[in-house]
Amino acid sequence: MANYSTNEFKSGLKVMLEGDPCSILENEYVKPGKGQAFNRVKLRNLNTGRVWERTFKSGESLEGADVMEYDMEYLYTDGEFWYFMTTDDTFEQYPADEKAVGDTVKWLKEQEKYTVTLFNDAPISVTPPNFIVLEVTETDPGLKGDTAQGGSKPATLATGAVVRVPLFVNIGDNLKIDTRTGDYVSRA
Amino acid sequence: MTTDSSLWQPSASLDNLRLRAETLKQIRDFFDECGVLEVQTPVLGRAGSTDVYLNSLQSHCCGGGVSEPLDLYLQTSPEFHMKRLLAAGSGPIWQLAVSFRNGEYSARHNPEFAMLEWYQPGYDLNDLMAEVQALIEEVLGVSAFSCRSYRSLFRDLLALDPFRAELSQLQQLCHDKTGIDADALDRDACCDLLMSACIEPHLGQDEISFVTDYPASQAALAKLHQDDEGDTVAARFECYYRGIELANGYHELTDAREQAVRFAEDNRQRAAQGLPEVTVDQHLVAALESGMPECAGVALGFDRLLMLKAGAERLSDVISFSIDRA
Repeated sequence: MANYSTNEFKSGLKVMLEGDPCSILENEYVKPGKGQAFNRVKLRNLNTGRVWERTFKSGESLEGADVMEYDMEYLYTDGEFWYFMTTDDTFEQYPADEKAVGDTVKWLKEQEKYTVTLFNDAPISVTPPNFIVLEVTETDPGLKGDTAQGGSKPATLATGAVVRVPLFVNIGDNLKIDTRTGDYVSRA
Repeated sequence: MTTDSSLWQPSASLDNLRLRAETLKQIRDFFDECGVLEVQTPVLGRAGSTDVYLNSLQSHCCGGGVSEPLDLYLQTSPEFHMKRLLAAGSGPIWQLAVSFRNGEYSARHNPEFAMLEWYQPGYDLNDLMAEVQALIEEVLGVSAFSCRSYRSLFRDLLALDPFRAELSQLQQLCHDKTGIDADALDRDACCDLLMSACIEPHLGQDEISFVTDYPASQAALAKLHQDDEGDTVAARFECYYRGIELANGYHELTDAREQAVRFAEDNRQRAAQGLPEVTVDQHLVAALESGMPECAGVALGFDRLLMLKAGAERLSDVISFSIDRA
């Protein structure tokens, strides 16, 4: 991989730091009028999701990380791995482990498209689409006519996720959910 | 991200450009009342700043009536030319000089910027700090100020003496505070980093804050003297307001021989670090030889002063067209 100098550190650039692939979040150039220049950098460790703050001498460089993001379709799980397939002509399959799937496991629906981040050709994270439509498998019976009033109840979705929904929602309804917040958006 | 179709527009609001014009008039009146002569010196010079941590932009002048092609430096400050005027007997002088520093670009930097620089023969650092304070009070309306030595700030905020601490202690502190790989940092680099990361943000929160007595190795073009603990320090001050470095003043070096030695030392360090050597200003050395009056001088970032006056977050908010749309 190519090396990148501090002045090339832009938001989104993927670099290796202490053996982990990281994505640059912010890069601030700091220099006293008479003195040496430094770059104060915020990076997200793509393995752990943690945000690191590091300072570099201006002009220092880091090795680029072989990190690529692909749109992939979720296929199935065998209990140990969750299998994804590229949606271009190659139909290549990638097994993602529990660590890579993380919290996204509760939004995994067959044939839905996800963003899978590969590091050295292996999945390290899976990001769901912002909105997803899921069927209600369990909830208290709906209250007829109550389509506008407030009030909510828990509902279990086909993926196992539990979300707060309005009182009128019934088992079998398809709901549009915002995966970033876990909030109910509308009936689909 | 600004779309391309809006990049023709100025980066500063028209209100801020009016504020800029008003402030320039205030400053002109200020120096007029003090009897300081406004001068203009070249932006392009045959010599440049040798300062190891300043990178000059260069330009090539040739053709037409120029018989020998010239490589010229865009000046990083008007210092050398202004000192030659002082040696020629100008008396007190000031100017607002367009200055250039390659690569310096951030919320507080623009590679092309406006430097307010002035020199007062017969002044010492205290006289000059009082004048800087008066000018800032005039422009920003802040009258409170404080003055601390570089060493006392390190002692209070980092519990460490920057002159006496072991290099390994400084490196460890740099690593702990900023996560830098500090093994390769020398004393000055450690001090610069600790200053910008741990001390500057606290400076001048409620008042104009002056810092004096810098390490001798950071004297640049300032005289050296002994501080009250017997260490040799630079007769230099920096001025901060709201965590922003505003001005840098010197009790100016007048010794031609010492000046020539510092130029050579800068170039030696440049070579050691793989940086281009810079053509030394022999005219400045000659001017000092002929006799420059004892004086103090200061360079103040005019754009930063405006940024503070306008309550702006970025330098580009007070510059008509910052480098991204220049």
